[in-house]
Amino acid sequence: MHLRRYVMGRLLQAVPLIFVVMTVNFILIQSAPGDPIHLLIGEGSASEELIELTRAEFGLDKPLHVQFVSYVKNVLQLNLGYSLRYRQDVFDLILSRIPASLLLMGTAFVVSSVAGILLGLYAGTRKDSLADRAAVVLSILGYSMPVFFLGLLLLTVFSLNLGWFPAQGMYNIRNPQEGWGLVKDVAHHLVLPVITYSAFQLALIFRVTRVKMQQVMKEDYITTARAKGVGEGRVVFRHAVPNTLLPIVTILGLNLEWLLAGSVLTETVFAWPGLGRLMFDAVSARDFPLLMGLFIVISSFVIIVNLCTDVIYRAIDPRVRFA
Amino acid sequence: MDSHWRLYFHNWVSVLGLAILVLLALVATLGPALAPFDPQDIGIAYRALPPGMVNWMGTDELGRDVFSRSISGVRVSLLVGVVAAAASTLVGIVVGSLAGYFGGVFDHILMRITEVFQVIPQFFLAVVLVALFSASVFNIIVAIAILTWPVIARLTRSEFLSLKTRQYVDAARLSGASDARVIFREILPNAMGPVIVSGTLLVGRAMLTEAGLSFLGLGDPSRVSLGVMLYQSRPFIQFAWWAALFPGLLIFLAVLSTNLVGDGLNDVINPQMVEER
Repeated sequence: MHLRRYVMGRLLQAVPLIFVVMTVNFILIQSAPGDPIHLLIGEGSASEELIELTRAEFGLDKPLHVQFVSYVKNVLQLNLGYSLRYRQDVFDLILSRIPASLLLMGTAFVVSSVAGILLGLYAGTRKDSLADRAAVVLSILGYSMPVFFLGLLLLTVFSLNLGWFPAQGMYNIRNPQEGWGLVKDVAHHLVLPVITYSAFQLALIFRVTRVKMQQVMKEDYITTARAKGVGEGRVVFRHAVPNTLLPIVTILGLNLEWLLAGSVLTETVFAWPGLGRLMFDAVSARDFPLLMGLFIVISSFVIIVNLCTDVIYRAIDPRVRFA
Repeated sequence: MDSHWRLYFHNWVSVLGLAILVLLALVATLGPALAPFDPQDIGIAYRALPPGMVNWMGTDELGRDVFSRSISGVRVSLLVGVVAAAASTLVGIVVGSLAGYFGGVFDHILMRITEVFQVIPQFFLAVVLVALFSASVFNIIVAIAILTWPVIARLTRSEFLSLKTRQYVDAARLSGASDARVIFREILPNAMGPVIVSGTLLVGRAMLTEAGLSFLGLGDPSRVSLGVMLYQSRPFIQFAWWAALFPGLLIFLAVLSTNLVGDGLNDVINPQMVEER
């Protein structure tokens, strides 16, 4: 019951935030150099009809406050403009690229969470051992590594020189596969981008888990459990681990935006056909409607995910739930 | 202060970070004096030469000396990192201390504004800003600074909230000190520790943001930055990998060193945390 009321409250808070994002976008469109129409349909040889149609749709010949109202209306109806370069509606274009991004981010999330938590548990229960120190140094390195540089390194060594993995894209275009073959093909293409993208996340999750684990292992309830004669494995996994998982949810929520930035750069390096690569193409082609559309969609995504992490946090932590 | 430095130098990792940072700063300051060649000089006959005795880091796809370009790149990257972080820290301190000190409606308004800035994904807004308003070093610095100050503002505010109730602050006020004097002479010096740590970590993030923008093709085309070098050499990576490797390593080292220094300062300022690291 409490949870439901909380979720409703948080949802209500998210509404003004999305409104803020739209306002920022509107201000950007208005204050950028040049005719705002180019930010809605892009530069290039647009037909007079399209220009007139868009101008009318967004009310560009009306006073500023009327323009703002019609802009918000359009965005709420998911009309984000038209990409001349792709000759496609911006929102449809963005929608078509979401699955590829989710596949990459989701796989990397699972890989880095599992590896980061396990490594963190291992190092956290063996403070100052050689393995602990080595893992700490590696995590500092992973934390400082520019994701695009790591991607380029992996690409050059394992793809261009050793030829173990494909360099570009999500599947083999020249020799398209079906069924199980397609799954294997995509997985093969996925390896290098996932490693690249996981490095930062892994370092982050490892750091948090390790520190939290060291704190938890000193708690009285761990001593109590041991005193009761509970085996060490059960002490770690039953009594300690659940208490280390919460901060990980928070820390990932806080770093969400850097994770998204990382996905753009990773997708750019490996020509992964997701939102990030689309953003790179939009920048290269100066396709402003697409760029602004991506900005709105990504910002809304960040707001929604933050909302979800708050709710998840509340749902899984009994202390917060009943507070 | 003395014991603080001793604590800092106690940790060899922090010392290593500081050493790398000082070295890079030296390279950045001496800049052109160290470069054997003009970083922009194109030589068709010297295209894509591997590292050797003349060109220590090889030449790129246009025959430019990678070593000389890297020196200039370190300069631009550090400049962007330090200036952006300093500007953002300054704005953050001003907003945060005013909000924390005066409180009330004033605080409420300022905090709503910082929340708005925090909601918007920074890197993406930077991409949009720089794409719309041309990619110059100045615009990149402004974009980064606009987007990162709220973190510092919130931190400064929370320090002020706890410090302003201390007795020595009351004592200063009772002895007739003005608001400005209490803020700048009494509270701020004591709030600076955590702010400096965050500011240091911002330098690394700002350099990463600049490099990331450059890698997307949004670097200042008239300057040689490490990110721009990486962006330009990327299509030729198969036969001139050195033109990408060295600038990439330097970005990595620069970010690593600021992170290490930031962590080291954090250990000095929050000694109780050291044990848990």
